[in-house]
Amino acid sequence: MSDVALPVTAGIAVIKPKLSRDDRIMRGFIVMVGVWMVIAVLLPLYFMLSKSAEDHDGNFIGLANFQEYFSTPALFYSIENSFFIAIVSTIITITLAFQFAYALTRSTMPGKGLFKTIALIPILAPSLLPAISFVYFFGQQGIIKELLLGNEIYGPIGIIMGEVFYTFPHALMILITALSTADGRLYEAALSLRASRVKIFFTVTLPGIKYGLISAVFVVFTLVITDFGIPKVIGGQFNVLATDIYKQVIGQQNFEMGAVVSVVLLIPAVLAFIVDRIVQRKQVALLTARAVPYEAKPARGFDTVMFVYSAIIGFLILAILGMAIYASFVTFWPYNMAFSLNNYDFDVMDGGGWDSFSNSITMALYTAVIGTTIIFTGAYMVEKAKGFGAVRGSIQFLCILPMAVPGMVLGLAYIFFFNHPDNPLNFIYGTMAILVICTITHFYTVSHMTAMTALKQMDPEFEAVSASLKVPFFKTFIQVTVPVCLPAILDISIYLFVNAMTTVSAVIFLYSTETNLASVAALNMDDAGDVAPAAAMCVMIVFVSATVRIFHAIFTRGMARRSQLWRQR
Amino acid sequence: MSDTNEPYLQIRGVTKMFGDFTALKDVSLEIFEGEFVCFLGPSGCGKTTLLRAIAGLDIQTSGSVEQGGKDISNLPPSERDFGIVFQSYALFPNLSISRNVGYGLENRKAPKAEINARVSELLELVGMPEQGEKYPAQLSGGQQQRVALARALATKPGLLLLDEPLSALDAKVRVHLRHEIKQLQHKLGVTTIMVTHDQEEALTMADRIVVMNEGSIDQVGTPLEIYRRPTSPFVADFVGTMNFLKATVTTSDSIRIGDADIGLESALDDMATGSSVTVCIRPEDVIVRDIESETDNIIDTVVVDLEFLGSFYRAMLKLNDQKGSILLADFSINLVRDIGIEEGKSIQVCLPARRLRIFSDSEGEP
Amino acid sequence: MFIKMKSFKISKLIATTAALAFVASVGFKAHAETLTVYTAVEAEDLKKYASRFNEDHPDIEIKWVRDSTGIVTAKLLAEKNNPKADIVWGLAATSLMLLGNEGMLEPYSPKGVEKLDPKFRDSANPTSWTGMDAWVASICVNTVEAAKYSLPTPTKWRDLLNPVYKGHVIMPNPNSSGTGFLDVSSWLQLFGEGGGWTFMDGLHENIARYTHSGSKPCKLAASGEIPIGISFAFRGAKSKAKGAPLDIIIPEEGIGWDMEATAIIKGTPNMKAAMTLADWSISRKANEMYNEGYAVVAMPGVAKAVEFFPPEVATKMIDNDFAWAAQNRKRILAEWQGRYDSKSDPK
Repeated sequence: MSDVALPVTAGIAVIKPKLSRDDRIMRGFIVMVGVWMVIAVLLPLYFMLSKSAEDHDGNFIGLANFQEYFSTPALFYSIENSFFIAIVSTIITITLAFQFAYALTRSTMPGKGLFKTIALIPILAPSLLPAISFVYFFGQQGIIKELLLGNEIYGPIGIIMGEVFYTFPHALMILITALSTADGRLYEAALSLRASRVKIFFTVTLPGIKYGLISAVFVVFTLVITDFGIPKVIGGQFNVLATDIYKQVIGQQNFEMGAVVSVVLLIPAVLAFIVDRIVQRKQVALLTARAVPYEAKPARGFDTVMFVYSAIIGFLILAILGMAIYASFVTFWPYNMAFSLNNYDFDVMDGGGWDSFSNSITMALYTAVIGTTIIFTGAYMVEKAKGFGAVRGSIQFLCILPMAVPGMVLGLAYIFFFNHPDNPLNFIYGTMAILVICTITHFYTVSHMTAMTALKQMDPEFEAVSASLKVPFFKTFIQVTVPVCLPAILDISIYLFVNAMTTVSAVIFLYSTETNLASVAALNMDDAGDVAPAAAMCVMIVFVSATVRIFHAIFTRGMARRSQLWRQR
Repeated sequence: MSDTNEPYLQIRGVTKMFGDFTALKDVSLEIFEGEFVCFLGPSGCGKTTLLRAIAGLDIQTSGSVEQGGKDISNLPPSERDFGIVFQSYALFPNLSISRNVGYGLENRKAPKAEINARVSELLELVGMPEQGEKYPAQLSGGQQQRVALARALATKPGLLLLDEPLSALDAKVRVHLRHEIKQLQHKLGVTTIMVTHDQEEALTMADRIVVMNEGSIDQVGTPLEIYRRPTSPFVADFVGTMNFLKATVTTSDSIRIGDADIGLESALDDMATGSSVTVCIRPEDVIVRDIESETDNIIDTVVVDLEFLGSFYRAMLKLNDQKGSILLADFSINLVRDIGIEEGKSIQVCLPARRLRIFSDSEGEP
Repeated sequence: MFIKMKSFKISKLIATTAALAFVASVGFKAHAETLTVYTAVEAEDLKKYASRFNEDHPDIEIKWVRDSTGIVTAKLLAEKNNPKADIVWGLAATSLMLLGNEGMLEPYSPKGVEKLDPKFRDSANPTSWTGMDAWVASICVNTVEAAKYSLPTPTKWRDLLNPVYKGHVIMPNPNSSGTGFLDVSSWLQLFGEGGGWTFMDGLHENIARYTHSGSKPCKLAASGEIPIGISFAFRGAKSKAKGAPLDIIIPEEGIGWDMEATAIIKGTPNMKAAMTLADWSISRKANEMYNEGYAVVAMPGVAKAVEFFPPEVATKMIDNDFAWAAQNRKRILAEWQGRYDSKSDPK
């Protein structure tokens, strides 16, 4: 092939395609996304890495900080602690979530929709909420502390219980997807061979969801090992990497050691990320080959067991949420159990008062609107632009990179980068802008992938048709692409909004007094010992997230009705 | 087709590389105004790549494209003059049929009334009046493709490009629509290039067919030329059904198949006596009736199989050579009844000299 | 005619707007100067502090940046090369000394600095910082919970070594909490280096856990989450005022303390306003204001008793060597962390 080709290309002038206005605009936008990613991810990470190799006065000292780290037992024991918590929580969460997902997809029990809705509630809450609830359940004044048989809730037990609540819906969503893409014909074949339910489970079900299961394991593991809220509230003397970063930076003002712990935390997160990427790629291949969807058949005994199990899980989730709500209305636990709104009087407490609540809503709105615009438009350009292959490839990589960066690490990296006196972007430090940028970046990857999935389902020739009709691509983008992708766009914006409301880890280092946030306020109130007001703030966050979710659901349904003319297949 | 000698579209030495892979090798082609040209070939032959190069969607690596006397080699699609229809229709799902058809007109800031008039005219033209308020998803595949055609024609492009427009449709709709498209093209006189892998489609619709193979053009000609006088074993095999028989050159104008001597219409150039060649003949050209009058080119065969194909029979005839080569022959139902052809029966058939194509074996097997 | 009228109207509008803008700008001038003030003063007191100051100086607007001691200190250090604060009003003196060691403070002796108790001001001249009030350690005991476990009420630090208290005491982590650090540094000064660490080794046996924040132990004691919290007296008094069954104990050996203090950040563009605030912050009026929450203030002879606040506080305050504490801070914290902040080393 190349024998023939070489003389041709060598002898004749190669055509240099003239760029159309569309091409130039698209490339301009791609470069902007690239610059954004470099500023929002790469440079901060670089500054953080270099900080980990500097002494207090900014001199390069190689790995000396790491040497100090690994010779301080109080610090490096946290690695073991973090892994212990992450592994145990992952095992428990995956086991519970798998059975729940199994019940939802493989049984004909009643109330599936309700159970699923309940199971997804934890997503709407900041991760400190379960931790605070457990204080009221199992703390010294806890209503059922006897159940712990004398063990302390402040420590690994509390952390693991909190993490299971917090990560349950994330695992559940992945597992439901994995279980519902099974090929029904395999089950029919297995049944016709008279295989038992157990045998079918191990020979058909498990291999079929292998990749989904692995993916769920790594997602949960990463969430737990990078989580900050739960160990902060209920960790007691049990140190983990995420709280160590906080202690080093906030408690001891030792930024260099904070950077070192960040690097240590970055490693497992990046590894888990890489494994997940590889698995995801394989799963896509599996999905395209799928066939007849599986349909569950009624089986009274099995359905009853599944129903009871789901009811227990659902009850526990509601109980944990309910306890936070209940405790937030109790005047002075345990000495004055009368209901009052005292704990909602945030203005006389540490943490920033009601302002922090409205700040959070503002921040979440900005994040949702600006983030969705940037992410969806960026994904569109990367997906639809012609040529420019190397740049598009590297930007595609940068777009999925944020998932590998734990929030604490990102936040700390932002201090180093944006607060550097020579940084011309220094002026955004301490403003709402840096919170919005950080939050968009923190949650970029999932949104970007949602956008890519939606865009890949569009006919690839829309742009060609537009060009042939001399219609600029942005007109088609606005008139066709955006309306057709609206469900995905709304999903992205709601995802960004809810996460912006609940996130603590990335913004804990970046908020200022004027831009205090509700989730951070809850954390600081708990930190100052105002546990019930912290619960109250968490309840407010859940309330806002849930309200927005409900509106989203109503709006989506309305939109589906309006667009059913053209959306029917 | 055209009374001027200036081609409307002139393609010179177009080569397209995708990395190390050469999708088009030094392709040159002329297309005249008002012509309906089909690019025909198996998948991967480069026909769509050539179409996309003409459209500017994937600009060639080297070589030039001129349209209407203007060099458009490096222009982006938006600066060229064409309308395009894809296999997937690529209709905007959220816009009504009318808005789809009028999409290119809206952008030209034409008055609304003018757009509406043009849209109704076009819908009328493609046989879909009164359907403008519907959405693409409410239409059948055939109807959607008509809308796509109307949309491509709306801005009165100088060149209409059709990329496998009928491949996604049912067989019946396909036959019906190809007739309509041909009619429409004839009526509007728009220069049209259609890419297809379906030889029947190409034969019925095209004024000229461009047969492509492995990135090169194998043959360009009218459907009849392509069918009757394929210039390569590949074309012979790809278009229609063809018998390929082994033979040896005996004289400059005769060859031998098995023990039968076959005379040729004209002398063979450049083929030495004794060299082996391939003889091609279409099944429908094999004659069995009234061959007593013919003395030449008679060959003895045995019917080994008789397949009923509705309007005719296809017979598998075994030749009397060492290899026991098989010759396919199409016989009408009357003929089979009249002569009493049946399995196991020995019959003599004639291979008329004017229907034979000879390829030296160095040209390769199809 | 019509057009003319219209243009007349427009010109009138412009004139009016200009006049209004002028008036507004003059009006704003009266409030033009804005000071960015970093503080760790309790959230509920901030409005009071600002409005009292504005009674005397209505032309300076205070923009508060408030957080806990550790965070404000960290923030100031992080912004070392690019300071955002004009002045700090109400941060632990040890933190200010730390900033002083970094060369971040502007030496300035506020008017009347000589009237302050020498303990409450920088010994250098001009002073880099001036004290406001003392912030003293104490033990908060929840009487209901203590009774439940039949715990005797401690009267001395050393009482806390009694094994009956095992798992019933909480104190702040000195690494993150200013209160925690003043506890540790006071024990080291009271009992000597060796004795101090021996005391903490014993205390560690009884500690249920260390909290990040200094006020949390007392709040936890107030809510019955733990019987005994080592915290600071101000927080205890506040919780008691809210109705918690608390006793605030001032240990007999003496109590560690730190002071809230004021200092101007080097390089501030608003030096004049910052000086005005620094002057006011050591005035008699300011000291009377501090006394509404704190029993011991910088200006001698001002302090009156504070409700629920143990009256013997002033006499029990140790002779705190702040310079020593600031200089040895890093070493003490590292030692403390090595000894107690590790799961591996429960002893």
